[in-house]
Amino acid sequence: MLDLIAPFFERLNDTTGLNFSPFYDSYDWGRLLEGMWVSIKLITAIIAVSLVIGVVGAGAQTSRVRPVRWLVAAYIEVFRNTPPIVQLLFFYFGLGAITPQVDMGGWYEPMIGSFGWAVIAIGIFGGSYNVEIFRSGIEAVPDSTKEAAESLGFSQFKIFVYITLPLAVRICLPALTNNIVSLAKTSSLAYVIAVPEITYSLSGIWSDSVNVPEMMVLLFLYYIVLVAIIARIMSVIEHRLALPGYGQ
Amino acid sequence: MIPNWKVSRVTWRAPVLAAGLCLAAALAATAQDGGAARPSALASLVIWMPFILKGFGLNLLMSVLAMGFATVMGVILGFMQISPVALIRVPARLVTHLFRNSPWLVILFAIMLLVPFQMTLPGVGRVMIPDWVKATFGFALPVMANISEILRGAVLSIPSGQWESAESLAFTRGQTLRHVILPQCIRRMLPPWMNWYALLTLMTPMAAILGVDEALGNTQAAMEAAGARPEFLIPFYLFLMTIFFVFIYPLSVYTRRLEKRFAVAS
Amino acid sequence: MIMSPTETWSPAQPIVSLHGVHKSFGTFEVLKGIDIDVMKGEVVCIIGPSGSGKSTLIRTINGLTPVSKGSVKVEGIEVHDAGLDKLALRRKVGIVFQQYNLFPHRTVLQNVMMAPLLVLKENRKEVEARARALLEKVKLRDKEEAYPAELSGGQQQRVAIARSLCMRPDVMLFDEVTAALDPETVKEVLVTIKDLAGDGMTCMLVTHEMGFAREISDRVYFTDAGRIVESGPPSQIFDKPQDPRTREFLSKVL
Repeated sequence: MLDLIAPFFERLNDTTGLNFSPFYDSYDWGRLLEGMWVSIKLITAIIAVSLVIGVVGAGAQTSRVRPVRWLVAAYIEVFRNTPPIVQLLFFYFGLGAITPQVDMGGWYEPMIGSFGWAVIAIGIFGGSYNVEIFRSGIEAVPDSTKEAAESLGFSQFKIFVYITLPLAVRICLPALTNNIVSLAKTSSLAYVIAVPEITYSLSGIWSDSVNVPEMMVLLFLYYIVLVAIIARIMSVIEHRLALPGYGQ
Repeated sequence: MIPNWKVSRVTWRAPVLAAGLCLAAALAATAQDGGAARPSALASLVIWMPFILKGFGLNLLMSVLAMGFATVMGVILGFMQISPVALIRVPARLVTHLFRNSPWLVILFAIMLLVPFQMTLPGVGRVMIPDWVKATFGFALPVMANISEILRGAVLSIPSGQWESAESLAFTRGQTLRHVILPQCIRRMLPPWMNWYALLTLMTPMAAILGVDEALGNTQAAMEAAGARPEFLIPFYLFLMTIFFVFIYPLSVYTRRLEKRFAVAS
Repeated sequence: MIMSPTETWSPAQPIVSLHGVHKSFGTFEVLKGIDIDVMKGEVVCIIGPSGSGKSTLIRTINGLTPVSKGSVKVEGIEVHDAGLDKLALRRKVGIVFQQYNLFPHRTVLQNVMMAPLLVLKENRKEVEARARALLEKVKLRDKEEAYPAELSGGQQQRVAIARSLCMRPDVMLFDEVTAALDPETVKEVLVTIKDLAGDGMTCMLVTHEMGFAREISDRVYFTDAGRIVESGPPSQIFDKPQDPRTREFLSKVL
């Protein structure tokens, strides 16, 4: 792949001074690929964590135990009303300092690395939005439908799993898409704790090769394509889940 | 971007619980000191509080300036997006799309690294552009794009009957927008506009990455100056989060009230 | 050992029995002492002006609305007992609602099969055969792969009836099941209910269809303001009403 495009970009650099070093220099090429791969892993993990938190949190908000509901409410307010970058630093440096170290046979490594903390911190941040999204979806499921299930002998748990959740997911899918896209962009924050995702690896390239504008173009391009792909995936899901004649 | 939530239950319990958690964590951190001769983490924090708060002043300044700029530019861009002239509409769409779909951090990097630190203005001579001004500009761009999109959505949501009746009264397109459409849009736009202000303010600490001495930068500098002890980390960062929370939480409560009132009214 | 109440019940006793049932929502008393006994195989209609508590009354029978005072028994089981086995009750009592309340994300066949599979954990093949037979009975075999939103109101209501029947209940409750339907689809639903009554199913209906009530009922209850004003065979209620309130109501609706 690199052999194929390298001559063109090398000539581009020589003739115009446009230095797309990852496209002819194998070391920078490796950094670019690694950055994209880590970025995609990071985004996937963040989205997964935030979705789990969203479902569990929305369920907990319907709890009969008051302190549980307060705790969820406090969680939402804290994470939505404080800066995400400080949250991330708090988790990585603050909590990272007091998490135990793992004996790796002679040397010690923190139990959770920077990638792990980025997933936890940004996932929890995104989850605070997802709780509200799922809750509004759950509230939009008509009581009468749940009542019908109750009359057929469904337990409360079965009503939630088989009736409420499938309908709520369909109702809140557009809002969920927005938040997932937003989380994918927020993943770039992991730069500040040196997770080698795309922003971090490209910044490494531009400080070595002094080609900021060119790398900036790549970075913008990466995120625009990424957002387009996520939007496409979500619209396919929305299409798949659409029910004939329902909600029109 | 921020989806529009239904109003969640706003209670006094959430902030009280949050404050309680902060306090507990701060106490826990203090307890780690074990009565050494050095000043406790909490005592150090108290000494450095004014310095951190001074930094927060810059966050507020950046957020207000950026919001003002973003609002003006966003409204202009939004009107360009609904222009019947493709030459105006298409570039406006592209700019909106670009800045809506890129991360804050990436836009901030682009501005900080690509905009020169000094400019030669005709008649004035060389002018230095401080980093915080550039950062302000960087924060304004994504908000601008989103305000542009909010305006477009709001204008499109006005029923076509309004346009038709204004046209039949011989209003020009500009007059219709100015006197009929825009007044109806403002109410719809106010809650999302406020949401974007809150989000913008929460993003301003990113300027610390590029060396702007705002609250986060000052917090890190303060921890360094006080001896860079690990037990500083939790109370100092918690204090920083608390400052933002105290400023933003009432704002978001108020925004949700507005949303609720408008939702009932329409 | 305490004997299960079910074992004390014999078919010679009323299958559904309400005694002194009161229900209040806040300070508003909707039911002010209702007594009804229904024998196995009987068809009972409850008529009366809007807001007289008919729907609340029928919803107390499968425990959807808890009563404030009094006793509701189905096959000898006290419905409003704190230790009630809800599943046991709901196997015995099926209910069909005014708004059909089908599950919009499942096909017609899945709607009918869902409860027996998930709740009773019955064998899929048997349930499927039973569901198909029921859809045949409500004349919707050809719609089994359709989603509820693709059907007319009358068709949805017949699916709802089949869905309830697939649990093999002993008693069927119908809560104004034709009130939300277009006039042209009312009849197909009424025919379905009539077939069901003809098969010997115990049915309790809240209805505004007076002609139908007269034709199908063994017994009619007229309720007003939370009380049973008058009850008897349809010929008596419709032709020789005793109470002036019954006469006034019937003169308005007939």
